[in-house]
Amino acid sequence: MIHDTTIVFSRELRPVLRDPFSVIFTMVQPLFFLVLFSPLLPEETGLQWFVPGMIVMSCLFGAGSTGGNLLFEMQTGSHERMLVSPLRRSALIVGRALKEIVPTMVHSVLIIAITIPFGFRPHAGAVFGLLLLAIMCVGLGALSYSLALASKNKEWIFWAVQQTISFPLLLLAGMLLPIEGGPAWLQFLSKLNPLSYLVNAERELFNGEVFTANVGLGLLAAVGVAALGLWVGTRQMRHAVA
Amino acid sequence: MTDTMIRTSALTKRFTVKKETVEAVRGLDLRVMRGEMVALLGPNGAGKSTTLRMLTTLLPPTSGEAEVAGFDVVTRQREVRARIGYIGQGNGAGHSQRGRDELISQGRAYGLSVADARRRAQELIDSLDLGAVADRVVSSLSGGQRRRLDIAMGLIHAPELLFLDEPSTGLDPQNRANLQEHVVRMHAEHGTTIVLTTHYLDEADALADRVIVIDHGKLIADDTPERLKADHAGDRITLTFDSEDELRRAEGHTLGITAARTGLTLTLRADGGRHLVQKLMRGFDEAGVHVSAVEVARPTLDDVFLALTGRSLREENQA
Ligand SMILES: Nc1ncnc2c1ncn2[C@@H]1O[C@H](COP(=O)(O)OP(=O)(O)OP(=O)(O)O)[C@@H](O)[C@H]1O
Ligand SMILES: [Mg+2]
Repeated sequence: MIHDTTIVFSRELRPVLRDPFSVIFTMVQPLFFLVLFSPLLPEETGLQWFVPGMIVMSCLFGAGSTGGNLLFEMQTGSHERMLVSPLRRSALIVGRALKEIVPTMVHSVLIIAITIPFGFRPHAGAVFGLLLLAIMCVGLGALSYSLALASKNKEWIFWAVQQTISFPLLLLAGMLLPIEGGPAWLQFLSKLNPLSYLVNAERELFNGEVFTANVGLGLLAAVGVAALGLWVGTRQMRHAVA
Repeated sequence: MTDTMIRTSALTKRFTVKKETVEAVRGLDLRVMRGEMVALLGPNGAGKSTTLRMLTTLLPPTSGEAEVAGFDVVTRQREVRARIGYIGQGNGAGHSQRGRDELISQGRAYGLSVADARRRAQELIDSLDLGAVADRVVSSLSGGQRRRLDIAMGLIHAPELLFLDEPSTGLDPQNRANLQEHVVRMHAEHGTTIVLTTHYLDEADALADRVIVIDHGKLIADDTPERLKADHAGDRITLTFDSEDELRRAEGHTLGITAARTGLTLTLRADGGRHLVQKLMRGFDEAGVHVSAVEVARPTLDDVFLALTGRSLREENQA
């Protein structure tokens, strides 16, 4: 299983290693938000509040759309080739999902590095924050791949669902604007969104609070999404047909 | 070691799309022995790819059974997958990958060590003439180059049973010949059992020990190319005349064989064409009929298909 997962993982990672700049090009979206949105933030909260949310956002969009790659491979025939190989079906999804950690970490570190000159001050707890993020992006990646497998021969479904879900998740997690002041129904919906807990946890971690209830909830949310994603994905991949 | 590599009984696949049922494969009974080289022949939509997909564990049969390399394709998928190679109808290499990387990871997937996978990849790159493009991104390769890469991936682990779905589609004549050479060499050197589908009748004729003709999901013939031709289509004798008048007079001297007429030519079908032509010509001489051109053609697999189904494979290919 580890052998097979390593093969799939390194296959997925190879194009990124061969062409590292491709990772940077895929992070224009969070950068736009940083440039265009952060000037609108109130002075006292500013980047300390905003940057952790941006990091979760880059994971949501990056890992969330990664199923598109699989979808393309399902059309060309390379997915079919992998299905016939003796690689374990579970490794086909786990290896792919684990690879999401790499671009997510690169994006996060770049976002942090870019914002430090503008006054962002991450606390050492950020390291634990990145760990939570890594777990979450594995889950989101696996869910994205599952959606791709479910959209076989109906590619538009993948993009429609992915787009429709991403933005409400983004807004309801309070990545761009605080949810606290919103109406009760909005707060209720926000509580159903696992990303809300991650965003809260990241904010506390990046600002130096480590052993808090919110961090615990964030960890729980990340592990929960990862477990769900890998479970659904493995089931889907086991039943995948050409 | 089993001597039967593939055994199917009443293998059937039905697809239901919007309440309409397509019977892609209907009750196929097949047996392929170790070391055979078999071609599946049939028009578009005949069920060739669906058959290969069931045999390679990619699709569960609707009913019936299949054993490949001694293992059931439904209950023992892992064992089957470890023993076969498959070159599908699509492109196996990821478009954002480089060819050599894909070859190596394919080798690793089949249990080769890194060093062995590298060495095999280099061998195949050389022998399939991929040296100039192997380190480029796959999306920048031409269709024929990608096809050759697919073939290299399918051969990397030298499987005991190899399935090829239209391997030569998209290749120029030189590369088709090169591919055929590879297949023949695999077969000769390693005793690889080979099952391929093709639209090129000459390819099936040249490569296969055995041709299985499928139409509408059913097996309609299964024999050596020679036997198929001998049983289902005789030699074709084409006689051309200078004038309508000569032709009409010749029609009376065809030794009782029915002749089809198109323009100024008569076409006769019969066994032992060469011998027969001499007899015919003697008869024409005696009757004073002048023949301007004579041609004797050995039957092709297309003639067989025509005889079996009343349709030509060629026309379907061109459509
Ligand atoms: N996934 C599918 N869903 C629905 N129908 C399918 C599916 N796959 C194949 N079919 C149908 O089954 C029949 C057989 O298809 P198949 O691909 O096996 O033909 P083929 O002999 O390989 O043809 P070709 O020479 O065009 O490759 C066709 O009518 C096709 O439309
Ligand atoms: Mg086909």
